[in-house]
Amino acid sequence: MIIGTIVNGIVIDHIPAGHGMELYRYLNLDRLECEVALIKNAASTKRTKKDILKINEVIDLNFDILGYIDPRITVNIIQGGERVKKLHPPLPKQITNIIRCKNPRCITSIEQDLPHVFRLTDEEKGVYRCIYCDTKAK
Amino acid sequence: MKHLIDIMELTTEEINELIATAEDIMANPDKYCEACKRKKLATLFYEPSTRTRLSFEAAMLELGGSVLGFSEASSSSVSKGESVADTARTVSCYADIIAMRHPKEGAPLVASKFATVPVINAGDGGHNHPTQTLTDLLTIKREKGRLSRLTIGCCGDLKFGRTVHSLIFAMSRYPEVDFILISPEELRIPEHVRGECLDKTGIPYQETTSLEDAMPKLDILYMTRVQRERFFNEQDYIRLKDSYILTPDKLGNARKDLSILHPLPRVNEISTAIDTDPRACYFRQALCGKYIRMALILKLLEVRV
Repeated sequence: MIIGTIVNGIVIDHIPAGHGMELYRYLNLDRLECEVALIKNAASTKRTKKDILKINEVIDLNFDILGYIDPRITVNIIQGGERVKKLHPPLPKQITNIIRCKNPRCITSIEQDLPHVFRLTDEEKGVYRCIYCDTKAK
Repeated sequence: MKHLIDIMELTTEEINELIATAEDIMANPDKYCEACKRKKLATLFYEPSTRTRLSFEAAMLELGGSVLGFSEASSSSVSKGESVADTARTVSCYADIIAMRHPKEGAPLVASKFATVPVINAGDGGHNHPTQTLTDLLTIKREKGRLSRLTIGCCGDLKFGRTVHSLIFAMSRYPEVDFILISPEELRIPEHVRGECLDKTGIPYQETTSLEDAMPKLDILYMTRVQRERFFNEQDYIRLKDSYILTPDKLGNARKDLSILHPLPRVNEISTAIDTDPRACYFRQALCGKYIRMALILKLLEVRV
């Protein structure tokens, strides 16, 4: 399958297979006017399969989301058809309103306006817990 | 401004300082009887908890302050749908410090983010209850004279018992402490307490189903109740329930200086025949609850005596 080369834009590579659409939604890419391509299940040397997102415009990315999905994701900034920057999103210390707490006993289950905040509690295992009830993010 | 939401927010030095203040209050109550004059404590109890609420109120009254609040959600504006955030903002206009109990986990944390006065978590569902843990620590310190070099047996429902989890986290900071975790298989200590505390800090611990086997090794026995509703089937409950009820015969091989603690309320997990045994500390523990809360109120209000 051939997807056109980007001249100025972003390629989000090494997305774990199956998470491309999730990331597409988290990053609100549906709101963009430019061309966006999601490639699913592409062959990968690092993993057997991966997803790729190609965005034909340089936009501000939420690196917290990328890091939360997988810190092994790479972000390639393309200018004039060349890759000018390759970035790895760090594992964010805290994420806000990316995932929701599922614990029915959590205060967020009854107070609708509260932000859903998760804090990184185990860097090695990438464990995030709700700041209100300490429930582990799934 | 400081709040107390989770026991782990306190440094070991701060815990030791609170214990020292509580012991000084016990020794010199007159010195403190006007320490909080003209200060008001708001007890916002969204669910009933007689002991915790009364101990907070007694603590403030003994410091010369006064108390206002509610003891169940139906008698507060929450019944009209007010958020915790708005209640915290409003009550901050009337009180100098807030003690909040709420059935939802994290509610006191939310209150602390919006209140302009210190907030104390007086229990949020099955999550945290830091003043109970401070009470336990003060009790251990007073009964044993130390918070180190102790073998602590935690018995009963170790899966859902938040007081046990907090006690393990808090005691893990002190040297030469080890735990014997006594529970039925179904109610073993949860993985996160093992992983994030016991294994992480390398504290020696063993798990057993036998209270009798553990008994001779213990300096402290922390009892909790095994509740019927925690079991999947009635037969398992009936088979196991008596193993975790403390009776005088089970104390046969216990140390003479054992200290028996219980966060209370007790239902049937400690026989009343043990109440007169000098090793039963649970009512002295309830008294410690008032003094440690007095020390905490002084600290959060930054009152120096």
